[in-house]
Amino acid sequence: MLLEVRNLHAGIDGKEILKGLNLQVNKGEVHAIMGPNGSGKSTLSKVLAGHPAYEVMSGEVLYEGKDLLEMEPDERARDGVFMAFQYPVEVPGVSNSQFLRLAYNEKMKHVGGEELDPLEFNDYLKEKAKIVEMDPQFFKRSVNEGFSGGEKKRNEILQMAVLEPKLAILDETDSGLDIDALRIVAEGVNKLRNENNAIILVTHYQRLLNYIKPDIVHVLANGKIVKEGGKDLALELEEKGYDWVKAASI
Amino acid sequence: MMNTKAVLDPYFAESFRATLSGANSELDALRESAFRTFESLGLPSPRNEEWKYTDISSIFRSEWRMLKPAATEIGVDAMSILKRFKADRNGLAALNLAFADIKVMTIPADTRLAEPIEIDLSAAEDEMSAPHVIVIAEPGSSSTIVETYRSSGRGLTNSAMQIVVGDNASVTHYRVQNDDTAAFSYGITEATLGRDSRYDATSIELGCSISRHDIDVRFTAEGGEAWVDGLYMLSGSQHHDTHSCIDHAVPNCISHQRYKGVLDGRSRGVFNGKVFVRENAHGTDAQQQNKNLLLSNEARVDTKPQLEIFNDDVKCSHGATVGQLEDEELFYLLTRGLPEPLARNLLTYGFAEEIINKIGVGSIKGELDAMVLNRLGTAI
Ligand SMILES: Nc1ncnc2c1ncn2[C@@H]1O[C@H](COP(=O)(O)OP(=O)(O)OP(=O)(O)O)[C@@H](O)[C@H]1O
Ligand SMILES: [Mg+2]
Repeated sequence: MLLEVRNLHAGIDGKEILKGLNLQVNKGEVHAIMGPNGSGKSTLSKVLAGHPAYEVMSGEVLYEGKDLLEMEPDERARDGVFMAFQYPVEVPGVSNSQFLRLAYNEKMKHVGGEELDPLEFNDYLKEKAKIVEMDPQFFKRSVNEGFSGGEKKRNEILQMAVLEPKLAILDETDSGLDIDALRIVAEGVNKLRNENNAIILVTHYQRLLNYIKPDIVHVLANGKIVKEGGKDLALELEEKGYDWVKAASI
Repeated sequence: MMNTKAVLDPYFAESFRATLSGANSELDALRESAFRTFESLGLPSPRNEEWKYTDISSIFRSEWRMLKPAATEIGVDAMSILKRFKADRNGLAALNLAFADIKVMTIPADTRLAEPIEIDLSAAEDEMSAPHVIVIAEPGSSSTIVETYRSSGRGLTNSAMQIVVGDNASVTHYRVQNDDTAAFSYGITEATLGRDSRYDATSIELGCSISRHDIDVRFTAEGGEAWVDGLYMLSGSQHHDTHSCIDHAVPNCISHQRYKGVLDGRSRGVFNGKVFVRENAHGTDAQQQNKNLLLSNEARVDTKPQLEIFNDDVKCSHGATVGQLEDEELFYLLTRGLPEPLARNLLTYGFAEEIINKIGVGSIKGELDAMVLNRLGTAI
């Protein structure tokens, strides 16, 4: 198993947000997590990525059998955990290509792969950019600075393409994308999908799931997974909203 | 220690007599008057409001070798510019003029210089130099001036740069102070702008134990635009002080000021930005910003905007911040696998880069990139 979350209780500023969450993800799988605003989806993503402001009160998270919660955020990343941010952060003065090359080389150091110099990396980056149809003019610009909402989301998936994570958590990558961009980014994610990695898609819209077919759909409400099902569950949610699952879970 | 003036006067006076050439009586008279100004003002001390945070008394505990200035031809224009130099702003400015080693550069009218003019003003070990450069950018000319300081020992530069930007002329001015960390530097920039002219200054302060830069920009005719930007990057026990003064003496001119500071260790930064908008200076647009990044708990910065606005029809803004690296930015870089020290350095580099990025001369930009990274101890 790639990821196993067991009875996770976590929160921020003393407030419990995740209240006994369980999740199991195997290699090769795509999981969708849906749920009302404020139910804890981004909290889960950030806890998995290792955000220092969130505290884990109890429970366990195993990643490839290791205690993920014991690892620093950068160790997790080099070891193959990737989170695409719901709100990607702007980093002024640091160019996208500089940043990505540093990140790529840090990962290569960790896995014993070959580090690339700026020229070699530029070629590599150009290839990866094709996956999300990203214009190379974005390489020179500062990371996310002045990017439109949709461009930021696309940039997150470019980073995923460059870093080739084993576990990718995409927190509402679809929101803010126009119709064409949604298709392009979704197809990009499909290209990155393989039997050795897994993807957790946090989304509000079943439209994304038309492109990226999930193996399992989980409904997160009030800090817990309250329902699980196949792809059709998303359709049902789209139709009926969340009240019926919330009601059923009590 | 309290009375450096009394101790040093005879010493300076002796060296001073050697500067008088006898060949140019007008210049000799100017020097003598400047020296008298120095004698009456003494060296600046924290008792002067303008030097409140910058104590230079330690610099003058040791003796400095004063050089006899080289003989130069000084034309009528240059002489009148020299006479306008504010030697009475403080004792060091007066000393500069008294000992001034004068260079005059003229960029002929309507000439576009393709290559930057490089001026190296580094002082040698134990030497107190007093370079005084006059740049006359004649009307319609366009040029780039690179003023560098890269002394390799404990020198003291007491420099001045007077730049006269003629009507419709454009001057880009890079000042790069990367002296040895044992060195001292005081530099004055006085720029005046003619009609529809532009002056774009970027001052980078990396070296020295104690350094100070005073930059004055004065608009003398309408339509001028000035950029007065800078970066000071300090560590250890370095001290840097920038005092800027933008004088909107005439209507319809624009000034942009953006200074950034990166302070590590027990370093100390001072930024004092004055903007004057005179009574008749309607249509003025003056922006000032000073942002500081503190990398250690012991670093400290004193930042003070000082706006004196005597006209209502103006657009003025100013802002000063002192802060640490943004936690969310740091987390973002960590989640991409950068180890924390590298992530911190990269963010610091990015902060500084906003100033360095505007430098148009590739070789200098590259050199500064390298200096910043070297300062951070990072290869990127
Ligand atoms: N610093 C904080 N202090 C208190 N409550 C917080 C803090 N940060 C987040 N929360 C709360 O935690 C809850 C879960 O937030 P989270 O961002 O995980 O929701 P989400 O499921 O991702 O919602 P959305 O669909 O809107 O993105 C929300 O009610 C939010 O207001
Ligand atoms: Mg969210």
